[in-house]
Amino acid sequence: MQPAATAVPATAATAASPAPALVLRGLTKEYVTGKPVLRGIDLEFAARGITAVIGPSGTGKSTLIRCINRLVEPTSGQVIFDGHDLVALNRAELRTARRRIGMVFQEYNLVERLSVMENLLSGRLGYISPFKAWLRRYPQRDIERAFDLLETVGLSAHAHSRADSLSGGQRQRVGIARAMMQEPRLLLADEPTSSLDPKTSVEIMALMQTLSGMHGFPVIINIHNVELARRFADRVVGMTGGRVVFDGSPDAITEEHLKSIYGGEDWLE
Amino acid sequence: MAARTGSNRVAFPPSWTARVAWLVFGIYFVYAASHLELTPARFFSGLEHGAKFVARLFPPDFHRWELLAKGMIESLQIAVLASALGVLIAAPLALCAARNLMPAWATWPARAVMVVCRSFHPVIVAILFVKAVGFGALAGILALTVASVGFLGKLMTEAIEEISLKQVEAVRATGAPFISVVSYAVVPQVFSRFVGFVSYETDANLRNSTMVGIVGAGGIGGTLFSAFQRFDYDFVCAIVLTIIVLIMIGEILTLRIKKVFGI
Repeated sequence: MQPAATAVPATAATAASPAPALVLRGLTKEYVTGKPVLRGIDLEFAARGITAVIGPSGTGKSTLIRCINRLVEPTSGQVIFDGHDLVALNRAELRTARRRIGMVFQEYNLVERLSVMENLLSGRLGYISPFKAWLRRYPQRDIERAFDLLETVGLSAHAHSRADSLSGGQRQRVGIARAMMQEPRLLLADEPTSSLDPKTSVEIMALMQTLSGMHGFPVIINIHNVELARRFADRVVGMTGGRVVFDGSPDAITEEHLKSIYGGEDWLE
Repeated sequence: MAARTGSNRVAFPPSWTARVAWLVFGIYFVYAASHLELTPARFFSGLEHGAKFVARLFPPDFHRWELLAKGMIESLQIAVLASALGVLIAAPLALCAARNLMPAWATWPARAVMVVCRSFHPVIVAILFVKAVGFGALAGILALTVASVGFLGKLMTEAIEEISLKQVEAVRATGAPFISVVSYAVVPQVFSRFVGFVSYETDANLRNSTMVGIVGAGGIGGTLFSAFQRFDYDFVCAIVLTIIVLIMIGEILTLRIKKVFGI
């Protein structure tokens, strides 16, 4: 693993750091009127560190993360990022805000018929005109950055391969590199390891931890694997039924908490 | 497990609805045949006339090759121009009509345009354009463009509606403007299929461009029709053979083009 360039004293600062990077206030989402999936989420995220969001399937974790960059429109509430309420922005302002929010997906969501390099450079689409993007005329600085990032994620040899020729772990590395191309000030990861084997999952989590430490941005990860969450996260948020039921350090999470998050107890034995 | 002898469980129960439907169809077939005086005697005398006609086709007469070449070149031009114009109009229209990317207020008008374009046979549309812009290739080009928009539009719309939205979501999340989302997340997913559609439509236009001439919209069709009316069956044969060769060449070219795009 690449050594982190700067020491990250993030763990202690989660609770009461001066200016939170992201604030969610009363975030609510109803896909069907009267049946809320998110019921008034209030959370603050510090400028550094990894926050793992755990909870049973269908409890609104993916919706929560997509409401932050408005891939899903929140029904009500506020998402305050960079001094703006993202929910109140118009389409153009929203696109500008999205440029600095990287996102990593469960099934990688690479454009399969494009090359790895094109996928990486698509992280810069918010900055260049559609015409230049279509002609693949990216600034040299972006191209250099893309090659550097490929080296960081260990895929230099695959720059010109088509994305669908890569394995799952390699694709997720490209997905992370694409998000890093945006020079993000926030990284959202929607179950980034759920489609990967245990060893690759650990490597992907470590990669995100390293990059987050190096470049100093907060990461919000939806994750099913509680062990991975304990190992890599600085903070764990437990959700059930569209509400936050646990919020604290990974060490503080007990079997009692897991029971209240996932319900029942037979599965813990 | 012991087999349950003597049980009368049926694996495939007979469907009385299907039986009745087949019976009704059979009765209608006999009725329709009798109504149209489709008798064996007529059929065999028809075969005899057909044989005489085929005999008069050969040998093909290529003496008036200049007339033939002029007509074929015009037909080819009509086909290529109509296909190109058709793609230019159909591709953006298909994007507007795709329900997974566009709201209803955009999809319905786009779909309506395509349905109207598809409603009539190219020859009927050609008659309209001959009345509007006069005899000649322009009417043929316009008629086949309309037909191309209708069919390419529908095929392309369906291709766009079948793409993976996950890739679109990922590109949207980077803050890309809509046009860039289309060119990076939609076009790569549908491009190879579009090339296939366009080559198919060019093939169809090549065939149809030999037809629209019959109503005076340019191309080899007019020459073919007048040769028929003057009983110049050997010249008809020459024209028909040339058309077959042209379609074959088109087929080979299509394969080449597909190879270039790696499909």
